[in-house]
Order: sequence, then structure tokens, then C-alpha cells
Amino acid sequence: MWDYTDAVKEHFLNPRNAGEIAEPDLDATVGNITCGDALRLMMKLDDTGRIADAKFQTFGCASAIASSDVLIDLVRGKTIDEAAAITNRDIAETLGGLPEAKMHCSVMGMEALQKAIAQYRGEPFETEDEGEVVCHCFGVTDKLIEQVVRAQGLKTVEEVTHYTKAGGGCGQCHGRIEEILAKVRGPAPAEPSPAKSADKPLTNIERIRRIEEVIDTEIRPLLQADGGDIELVDVIGTHVQVAFRGHCAWCRMRDFTMDGTVGGKLRELVDPKIEVEDVGGHLGDP
Amino acid sequence: MSKVIYLDNNATTAVADEVRQAMEPFWTELYGNPSSIHTFGGQVARHVDVARQQLAELLGCHPVEVVFTSCGTESDNAALRGALAAHPGRKHILTTRVEHPAVLNLCHMLAKEPPLGAACHVTELSVDNQGMLSVAEMGNALDDETAVVSIMWANNETGTVFPVETIGAMCRDRGVCFHTDAVQAVGKIPIDLSAMPIDMLSLSGHKLHAPKGIGALYVRRGTRFHPFMVGGHQERNRRGGTEAVPLIVALGEAAELARKRMDDEQTRVPALRDRLERGLLAQCPDAHVNGHPNQRLPNTTNISFEYVEGEAILLMLNEHGICASSGSACTTGSLEPSHVLRAMGVPYTAAHGSIRFSLSVYNTDEDIDRVLEVLPPIIRRLREISPFGRGPEA
Repeated sequence: MWDYTDAVKEHFLNPRNAGEIAEPDLDATVGNITCGDALRLMMKLDDTGRIADAKFQTFGCASAIASSDVLIDLVRGKTIDEAAAITNRDIAETLGGLPEAKMHCSVMGMEALQKAIAQYRGEPFETEDEGEVVCHCFGVTDKLIEQVVRAQGLKTVEEVTHYTKAGGGCGQCHGRIEEILAKVRGPAPAEPSPAKSADKPLTNIERIRRIEEVIDTEIRPLLQADGGDIELVDVIGTHVQVAFRGHCAWCRMRDFTMDGTVGGKLRELVDPKIEVEDVGGHLGDP
Repeated sequence: MSKVIYLDNNATTAVADEVRQAMEPFWTELYGNPSSIHTFGGQVARHVDVARQQLAELLGCHPVEVVFTSCGTESDNAALRGALAAHPGRKHILTTRVEHPAVLNLCHMLAKEPPLGAACHVTELSVDNQGMLSVAEMGNALDDETAVVSIMWANNETGTVFPVETIGAMCRDRGVCFHTDAVQAVGKIPIDLSAMPIDMLSLSGHKLHAPKGIGALYVRRGTRFHPFMVGGHQERNRRGGTEAVPLIVALGEAAELARKRMDDEQTRVPALRDRLERGLLAQCPDAHVNGHPNQRLPNTTNISFEYVEGEAILLMLNEHGICASSGSACTTGSLEPSHVLRAMGVPYTAAHGSIRFSLSVYNTDEDIDRVLEVLPPIIRRLREISPFGRGPEA
């Protein structure tokens, strides 16, 4: 029995955005019936280029249907450029999280959106058209795996399977997935992550430098992808004060992002004792 | 949630009231050890004997041929490892691709080198699109190296019943030990081991209205056997460990109940199952039955609804309190649909939308009416949502 959130159940049992649009401006399908899930995304633009209406058709499990339904909520009213910044993380967060083994459902939503936009812009859909198929059981390309490994900070083949399904069939591609992980994240023994090399306690200066480094390289790019940003305000021992900027500052998932993404990354890569405090409210931003 | 309509009896069954009552005193005042010399403990041994007798009557065997275990999986382990130990020169196991993981994964383990495995060579027989194996192919796969043939009596997912009598006779002719995993068959179809060429048989209590945690292995008298669970002298040195007296008593009572209810199991249960199956096929286009049309357990139907996904169906049924199961990838937790349906060559498109209903004597006409009322609109709704709802694109 999967442990689905109430939001997943609600969007699955009562999807509001299922259906078809006559003559959509954007229309893309990802996945296929053999793989066990498929999503068709249709969008209609208004005169100003905003997404006036969107609908989905999905073949798949509860989390695939729920992910599709919130994807539509997320894109509606946005411009194409704004919609292009939506990631699977936004879908999963809006659903209050998905079971790890079901994250691929949120990735399928992101893929459909990226494919629809690429087709609309007349660009190649990188993860499908340009990549080399790594997992033949589920037709997953190296481009998609690289993209998701980078965006989600995945470390193991099992995580890659949870997020993309790659490697979940015959298992013959596990070696190739290891290579992609090593390529994206750097070979593990030669370039250990800061947390793994932290045999001796960090000095204050070292800790602050590493926190800055992780924010710059790991956290800020994720937030900027969603039109947000982050500022490091102060570091007192393992107590880190930061402030959200841009979209993040008024995002309703703000607390989740703060503890899950910012705190999670810093604890993982700098020091497991780190706690983050959101002091953005004191700085006078909207 | 509304009243639970339980149609997942191949997964587990309700503990019968009679069974619960029979085991009750053995959780409280009758806690003695049946191996004790004193009367307080020794009196309990009599109840273990009665249970052994009750189970032997259901199986048509002698009570000394019954070894109580903790579950069906333990019985399978004891059977295969016991047979291998008893035939040290033989390293070949013959089984099928559609066995329960308790046998299949055990065989994969036995194929490894020692100490984990036994360096065995394993042959897995294929099945046709009705889930039936070829007896001729089975016979050809037997050789002088074969230590044990392990072939299930009835399949848990489709209910397809294998011709174990013919298989057993072929094994006997060749002097090969024959084990059958009969976890799904015992209690559902009449079994008379006195007339069957079967050397070992596994069963599980919780599939026939006893609690979880009790199983049994039938070992025909004269079968070469080494214990899997080594310890005390219990179970005539065939399974060490203090007897789980309350659970053994429960299994005995459940066996007696199953014997009394066999007529019901053979008449009323398949009538309900057939009405469910016919009703669903009539109301839902692009649906078909997986499994053998007549060589099938009386309680099981496995139906594929094309273009929709099984987990979604199950969770919508769940909203109505209806319990069933699916061979879809999303419910197996492995991204791949059921190994049984794949072995049968069921197209993935149909395997993903497969739902198994497995009934028991506790099901009623009202239960079936409710499913027939609730499920067709669920299928229609999911097909409306599905991009393949009108069939796959050309």
C-alpha cells in the first residue's frame, strides 16, 4: 500500500483538469502504454501568449494522475517562459511529496511540459530527440537521466530508477547509469563530496565558506529555475540564517523549501547538525 | 469507509470464528509445552495430535506425514533444501516460471555457489497464454541429475490448476522427488494425497481461514528428507522448534472447517465468481480473463481491463471498501508487471490493467452486486482520463 498524501488522493480521485482541448496550441505525449504510464498535455494560449487553458489525459497509477492534475494547475495563467521553469520538484511539492519510488510520475509531468514547449518553439526535445537510449525497457535517454541527476542531486542507481524508471526492468543498464552518475557528480573517490571528507570538525571559517559554496552551486540554481533566489544572512555555529528572494519569498511552499531543500542540502553537504532559519521576513521584501 | 467487501482471499483470509474460539484456551490457561513430562504440559500434546489428524483428513494422508511449520515459505524451503540434502549427487531443480516467489527466489538462491546456495542448475518451464504448462516439455526436462521437481498445484494470480497427478506420475516413473506448492489449492479444491503421486506438499494456514504464522509440509512416508530447521526432536525430528500450539490447533480447526465447507467451495463460490466475471465482461468492453477457462480454482478470476492501470482501479475500488489486487507494475513495486502474466505472454498493455478477484465462502451475492455496480463506471472514468481510452493510437 502506497503512503499517498491527502493531496495526491484528492487530485487522483477528483481530478479537475482531465479532458481534451479542441485545437490546442501545444500538445505533447510522453511515455507509452507498454511502460505503464503515459501523459498527454494540451495547452491553449490567449492573445497575450499566456496559457489560457490546459488539460491532460493520463494512463497510469494514482500518483501519475495526481501529478498530471497539479501540473495543469501550475501552468495555467503562465507565459511559456514561466511555464518552462516548472520542474518535477514543483509538482511533487504541490502534492505534499510523493513516495520515493513514485517520483518518476512527477518527472513524467515535467517531461511532457518540456516536450510541448520544445515542439511549440520548434526546438529539439533534448531528453527524447538528442539523447542516447540508456534504458531500453523504459526508453529512457542519457539526457533525461543527466538532467534529473543534476536537478535532484541523485546519488545511486536506485534513486535514478525511482525518478526516471531507468534501470527498473532487466537491469542491464545499471553500469551505464553508474557512469552517468559519475560523470554528473564527479567520480566519487577522486572528488569526494564535502560531507564525506569531513573527518575532522570544520572551523567556523571553513564552515561558512562551504555553506556559501553549497548555496551558490547547489541551492541557488534550483531556486532560480523557479524564479526565486536566496541570500545568506549570517552563520552562528551550525545555525544558518538565510532569506528567500524573488518567487520563493512569497511561495506557499516556502517552509518546505527552507527545511527540505536548503536545510537538507546544507546538512548533506556541509554538516549534519545544521539548522536553517528563515529570516527573510525581517528584511522588508514584499 | 463503507463496509469492507473482501475479494482478496488469495492474499490472505479472515480467521474463522470457529478457529479463533478453538485456539483461544491455548493463548491463556493451556500454555504448557507439549514435550513436557508433567500432565500440565503433556495434555497439550493431545491437542496437537488432534490438529494433525484434522489436517491429515483434509489432505487424505496419514497424520505422521504432516509436519507443522511457520508458513508456506518455510515449507517450500524445507522441501527443496530437504530434497537436495537427501540426494547429494543430484544438482538439478525443475520448476516453472510462474511459481510464487517463495519457490522461485529460493531456486535462484539455490543456483548460487555455497554457502548461500547449492550450486544447482535450475530449469524453469514456460507456460502458454492460459498459464498452462506442457507435460511433454516437463518430461523432457527431467534427467538423472534432477533432485526435485517443484511445481505449484494452482497459481495464486490466475488460479490456473496444473495437472499435478500427471506430473507426479512422471516423476515417480523416473524416481525423482516431486514437491508441490499447494498453498492456493488446499481448502479450495478436494485433495486426496493417498491417491496422488506427490512426495511433498506445502500449505499455509492463513489462506484457509487460520491465522498467519502457521503452515505445514506434507512429507510422504518413505520420502528421503533432511530437516531444514534443525533443533529439538519435535515433529519427529523433521522440524526443530517448540510447537506453536495455538496456531497448530487453529490450523487443525480450519482444516476441519474447510472439509465441511468443501461443497460450498465447489458450488456456491464458483457460481459467485462466474457471475462476477460474466457481469464485468458484459459491462466492460476490452476486458478479458487471464488464466485457464476451466482448469482453474473455483474462487479466482483475473481480468485485464485494457487501457487503464491496475493501481488506479484498486485505489478507486478501495474508496468503496472493495479489496482486490493487481499484477500491474505500480502494485508489484518493481516497475515491471507480474512475472506470471509476463510468462503467459499477456501484452504489457493488458498486464498493467489486470485485477485479481479471489473469493471465499464468506462472500455473498450482495458483494458481487456491489462490485458490478461500482467497477464498470470506474473503468469508464479511467478510460476517459486515459489518452488510450479509445484504444491505442495506430
